[in-house]
Amino acid sequence: MKLQKNTRLALYSVLEFATDPTRHISAAEIAEKYEVSPHHLAKVLSELARAGLVESVRGVGGGYRFAGNARRLTLMDVIEMFEEFAAPGDDRRESGERTPVGQALGAVLSEIDEIAKATFRSITLATMLRLLERQQRGQALSRAPDRARNGVKVKAP
Amino acid sequence: MTVTRAGRPASNATRAGAPPGPVAAAVRPVRRGDLEPIVALDARVTGLEKRDYWAALYRRYGASLRAERQFLVAEAGGRVVGFVIGEVRDWEFGAPPCGWVFAIDVHPEARLAGTGTRLLDAICAGFRRAGVSKVRTMLSRDNNLVLSFFRSQGMMTGPFIPLEMDLDAGDGRPDAGTAR
Repeated sequence: MKLQKNTRLALYSVLEFATDPTRHISAAEIAEKYEVSPHHLAKVLSELARAGLVESVRGVGGGYRFAGNARRLTLMDVIEMFEEFAAPGDDRRESGERTPVGQALGAVLSEIDEIAKATFRSITLATMLRLLERQQRGQALSRAPDRARNGVKVKAP
Repeated sequence: MTVTRAGRPASNATRAGAPPGPVAAAVRPVRRGDLEPIVALDARVTGLEKRDYWAALYRRYGASLRAERQFLVAEAGGRVVGFVIGEVRDWEFGAPPCGWVFAIDVHPEARLAGTGTRLLDAICAGFRRAGVSKVRTMLSRDNNLVLSFFRSQGMMTGPFIPLEMDLDAGDGRPDAGTAR
């Protein structure tokens, strides 16, 4: 399963907002961090706002903030807003899909898709944020010996 | 593998009494008297009463004095509100010894109170005492509730891929009849 650019942008954005739901973050800040066009990102954010996952805050220091429930919202909830999954029995077919080889290949690809979807459905934003925290802690620990060797005082996370 | 907690509606035939609202549960080793509420809880969640199965599990894991086998229950307000079962398996599929959790369940009315987390923490502590540093489990990919729970605890997809086939479909196997 390959996620489209808008889907990835939506996931990056909701995770940025969910990290600190009280903080307003501007579209420009996210666009700069993820090296994307602010214009492109604005479309994604307005879609997220329409779905009630973020809300825009006007005025000085305005931007967007998280408005969803990080413990309930899954990666799949966000992905489904931007991706179209073919329903079983979907008539839109690629050439060769009706051949025996095409059908056998389709069964394997569908197996992979089902695993990917189950994975996305099982991961909430809160779980993702914890994963992010663990990764950052792990990276800080792996850097610690170098910093200690260089005489920098390391504070335990 | 019997990882449960799928949210199926309660059956009238079961005897699982609803415990009082979510309160902090204490985790302890199972006792014979816990079997009845465990059978009822499993029946309520899965819709199937498996009395003989649970009795056999109790004999194998509950009555065992081996540190590698664990059958723990969560108790709140004097009632059993959850359980977890697991064991240390050595060199299964070539993997170094690791802890396997193969059943975990929390009473529907006792959820969202950290009971599942306490049960998992307790069995993981037991696995560490038994000398292993890895814990695994396996469950249906449709079981989103439990899948999300294990994910929230930090579990991720492991290096194994579960495979299966229908034994009555031998003719359909790609290499059926091929000598190996």
